[in-house]
Amino acid sequence: MSLASKAKSGRRLAFKLTRKRVIAVVLLALGAFIFIESGRLDSELVTTLTFEPRPTGERPAVADMPVQTSSYLLVIGLLFIVSGALNLYDFQLARWRRISLALLALCGALFIPTVIIAAAAGNDTNLTTIVAESLRLATPLAIGAFAGIWCERAGVVNIAIEGMMLFAACFGFTTLFFLRGTPLPLETAQLLAVVIGVLAGGLIALLHGWLSITFRTDQIVSGTVINILAVGVTSFVRREYLLSTEAGAAKLGNFAIPILSDLPLVGEAIFTNQPIFFMMFVMLAFTHIVMFYTRWGLRTRAVGEHPHAADTLGINVNRTRWINVFISGMIAGLAGAWFSLEATGSFNDGMTRGAGFIALAAMIFGKWTPIGAFGAALLFGFSDSLGIRLQMVGVGFPVQFLQMVPYAVTLVVLAGFIGRASPPKAVGQPYMKE
Amino acid sequence: MTPPVLEVRGITKRFPGVLANDKVNLILRKGQVLGLLGENGAGKSTLMNMIYGLYKPDEGEILVNGAPVDIAGPKDAIELGIGMVHQHFQLVDVLTVTENVMLGNETVSGPFLRRDTARREIQQLSQEYGLDVDPDALISDLPVGIQQRVEIIKALYRQADILILDEPTAVLTPQETLGLFKIMRALLDRGVSIIFISHKLKEVLEICDDVIVLRRGAVAGQADPKESTEQSLASLMVGRDVILEVDKAEAKPGDEILNVVNLHVHDDRGLPAVEGLNFGLQRGEILGVAGVQGNGQTELVEALTGMRAVEDGRIFIKGVDMAGASPRNVTELGVGHVPEDRQRDGLVGGFTVMRNLVLCTYYQDAFANSIVVDDRAIADNARQLVQQYDVRPPIINNIASGLSGGNQQKVIVAREFSRDADLLIASQPTRGLDVGSIEFIHRQIIRMRDAGAGILLVSSELDEVLSLADRVAVMFEGEIIDILPIAEADRDTVGLRMAGVREQGLDSEMNTVGATGGQCLRDP
Repeated sequence: MSLASKAKSGRRLAFKLTRKRVIAVVLLALGAFIFIESGRLDSELVTTLTFEPRPTGERPAVADMPVQTSSYLLVIGLLFIVSGALNLYDFQLARWRRISLALLALCGALFIPTVIIAAAAGNDTNLTTIVAESLRLATPLAIGAFAGIWCERAGVVNIAIEGMMLFAACFGFTTLFFLRGTPLPLETAQLLAVVIGVLAGGLIALLHGWLSITFRTDQIVSGTVINILAVGVTSFVRREYLLSTEAGAAKLGNFAIPILSDLPLVGEAIFTNQPIFFMMFVMLAFTHIVMFYTRWGLRTRAVGEHPHAADTLGINVNRTRWINVFISGMIAGLAGAWFSLEATGSFNDGMTRGAGFIALAAMIFGKWTPIGAFGAALLFGFSDSLGIRLQMVGVGFPVQFLQMVPYAVTLVVLAGFIGRASPPKAVGQPYMKE
Repeated sequence: MTPPVLEVRGITKRFPGVLANDKVNLILRKGQVLGLLGENGAGKSTLMNMIYGLYKPDEGEILVNGAPVDIAGPKDAIELGIGMVHQHFQLVDVLTVTENVMLGNETVSGPFLRRDTARREIQQLSQEYGLDVDPDALISDLPVGIQQRVEIIKALYRQADILILDEPTAVLTPQETLGLFKIMRALLDRGVSIIFISHKLKEVLEICDDVIVLRRGAVAGQADPKESTEQSLASLMVGRDVILEVDKAEAKPGDEILNVVNLHVHDDRGLPAVEGLNFGLQRGEILGVAGVQGNGQTELVEALTGMRAVEDGRIFIKGVDMAGASPRNVTELGVGHVPEDRQRDGLVGGFTVMRNLVLCTYYQDAFANSIVVDDRAIADNARQLVQQYDVRPPIINNIASGLSGGNQQKVIVAREFSRDADLLIASQPTRGLDVGSIEFIHRQIIRMRDAGAGILLVSSELDEVLSLADRVAVMFEGEIIDILPIAEADRDTVGLRMAGVREQGLDSEMNTVGATGGQCLRDP
C-alpha cells in the first residue's frame, strides 16, 4: 500500500515556484533580452578592456583585451538561456543538479563584466580604474556597514548611522577649519579633525545608548530622532561658522603602502591612496576578528541573540550593549569623516546623502557579517562608479537604468543563493532583568 | 546522613499582589536528590531563581556548605558551585555547543578565544558522564534532549556541585527521561547534589532521596519517597484528594464526524511525514493516537486543522471535504484544537488573557459588530471562563506569556472547549502540567465526549492515551500501523506497535502491510 501511495503522491506533486525557479525565469528573460540586443548591435563594434592608465602610444605592461561586443553578448545570452532552462527543471540526479547550479554561479560571476562590456560598446574601458573607483566609493558604505554590525550584533538597531556620519562630517571639518589659523602643521590638523569626527560619532552614539538602552525607548524612534537632529544641528553649524569656507580645505593626502605600492597595475591605483580608504580594510579585519575570534565578540553575539541566556551566565547585558553602541558610533564617525575630509575637503548640508541607509542595506545584504557587508558595499560602490563612467562615455540611453541593474541583480541573486537574511534574534528589544 | 550542602531558611519573596514564597525552608544533602514538587505557580521556579541569584529574596537566608552567603547575581551563584538548568533552555541557537558552554567563562589566550581547550574539556565531560554531545554542533540543529545535556555540561564546566534541574523531564520523551536519570545517577556517584523539580510523581518517587512539596508558595510538607505513593504526594501537592485514575463511562459512539482517506502530508523539509492515513472517528468516542514523537503526529494534526498543506487525500469533517481548507473554515465548522506547541500556535503571548480567549471568535456577533469589537462582552466572557477553568491568577488583563505553562494551557482549553465543538483535536494537552491541572483537563475531555463530541487525542504519554481513549491508533513512520479497541490495548502491545513491530506471528512484511492496511480502510 505504501509503495503505491508514494508513487501517487509523487505524481500529484504540482509545479512549485521555488526560489531557484524564480531566478531561472529571470535568467531566461535576461538571456533572451541580451540575445536579441546582440543581434541589433553593429558587428564592427569592439570594446577594448584596458588595465593600465597610460599615455597614448606607449606599450602597456599588460596587454589590452579587445572584445568583439556583439558576438560576446551573443554567447552570454545563450549561456544565460541554457542555464536558466536547466535550472527550471528539478533534476533527480545529483550530478546534473550540481552542473546546473555551477552554471548559475557562472552567470552570476559573468554578469558585471557583461554590463561593463555592453555599456562601453565601441570604446575603451579601463578595468583597473573601475575596480579602484568602486573601492573608493564603497569606503563610507563599508565602514558604515561595519558600524551597523557592531551595534546590531549586540541587539541594538542602529538606523542612526546616517545621522552619526553627518555629525562626524560636520564636526570633523569644523575642527579642521578652526585649526587652519593655528601654527599646527596640516597633517596634524587633519589627523585631529578625523579624531574629532570619530569622537563626535561616538558621542552621538552615547545619546542613542542613553535613549534606547537606559530608557528603553524604541530603538527605531531613537535612531530617527538622531537622524533628524543631525540634519538640523549640522546645517546650523554650517550657516553660523562655515559659510566662508565654501572654497574648501585640503583633502587628506595620499599614502603609499611600502612594497605593495610598487606592484604593477594595482600599486598606483589601489595601494597609493588616502588614509580612510585604507582604514576600511583595517576595520574589516578588526570587526571580523573581534566578532568571531574573541571573548568580546562571543559575548556580543550572545547578547544580541539571547540576552537572558547571557545574563544567567553572569554577563552584564546592558554594559555590553553600551560599549558596542559607542564603538559603533565611532566607526560611523570615521565613515562620516570620509565625506568632508577625504572626499571633498568641504562640508555641505546633508552631504552624506543617504549613505548611512545604504550602509545599513549593505549590512543586511551581508547577513550581519563583516565580509558579506564588505562585498555588498563593493557592489554598491561599483554601481556608483559605473554610473559616473557611463555619464562620461555618454551611452545612448539613460544611465540610471544601467546603474540600477546591479542592485536589481543583487536582489535576485541574494534571494536565490543566500536566502532570507535573519538578523540577531534580540535586535530591537530592550533588555530588562525580571 | 551526609552533610547539607545547601540550606534555605525562611525565604520569603513578594511580587506585586502575589506572595510567591512564604518562609520556605529546605535542606539539600551531599550526593542526594531533593525532589521539589508543586503545582504550576506554586513558587518552585521563583525559589530556584533566588538560589541562582536571578531574584533577590525579601527575607531569609541561604547557606552553602554551612556558611550564610549573599547571592547578588548568577555570577555569585556560579562561583559558589551552583548550576541551574532552566525550564526554558538558556542556549544561544546560532552558536555551537562549545561556544555556548564557554560563554561567560571563556578560555582565552590574549584577546583570542581558545575553542580547542574548551572543546577538549567538553569531550572529557561528555565521556565521563555518558552525555554523548558533539561539541561542534550548532544548538539549533540539536533535539531538545541533547540541548538539555548541553545545559548540564554548562553547569559541570563551571565546576557546579549543586545542580538545579527545573522541570527537566517536561520536554523529554520517556526514552530521553530514562537517559537523563542515568546521567543524574552518574553525577550523584561523583558527589554532585541535585534539586529535581517535576510534576511527574512517578519520576520523583523513582529518583529522589527526599521530597519537599510546595503549595501556594509555602512548604506543604516533606515526604520520604520510600514511604510515599503517587496518591499521597498528589494529595499533599493539591491539598485535597486527587483521583489519578480517569473515571469514565462506556463510550456511546454516534455518527461519524471525521473520516480521513489516504492522507499524505509533508514535513517542513518537504519530506513525506504522513503517508496514506485512513481512519474514522465517531461522535462520543475518544480516539487516542499513540506513538513516539516525530512519527507524523504533528503533521497529521496540522493537516487536519488547516495549518499545513495536504499533498494528497481527503479529510471529511461532518461529511465535508476539508483537505486544504483554511484554519478559520475548519474552526467555523465546529472543530476545536489544542495545539502541541501552546506558545507558538495556541496563544498570542503579548495579548491579554481576555483577548486570547476570543482568538477564534472575536469577529462574531457575540463579540463585535461590523467594525469594532465589544470589549465589555469580551471581558465578561473572559471573567466567566477564568472562573470556570480555574486560571490562576484570575486576572483577565494579565499578559498571556506571563502565565505559567499550566495556566496558559488552561486558557487554551477554556477557549477551545467553551465553543461547544463537535470535533476536538487535542495534541499533547497535558504536557508539562501538574496533577491537579491534568485531572481537570482530563475531566473536561471526558465531559466533551459525553456531550457528543468526537475527540482525537494525540499524546506521546502512553499512560494518558490508555486511560482516556476508547480506541488506540498507533502511528509509526507516518502510518497508522494498528488501531486497537481499548480493551485489547495493553501497555505491551501498544509499546511494541510504537516501536514499529506490526502484527505478531506474521514474518512477511507484505502480509503485515496487507493486514493493517485492510483494517485501516475498513475501520470501523
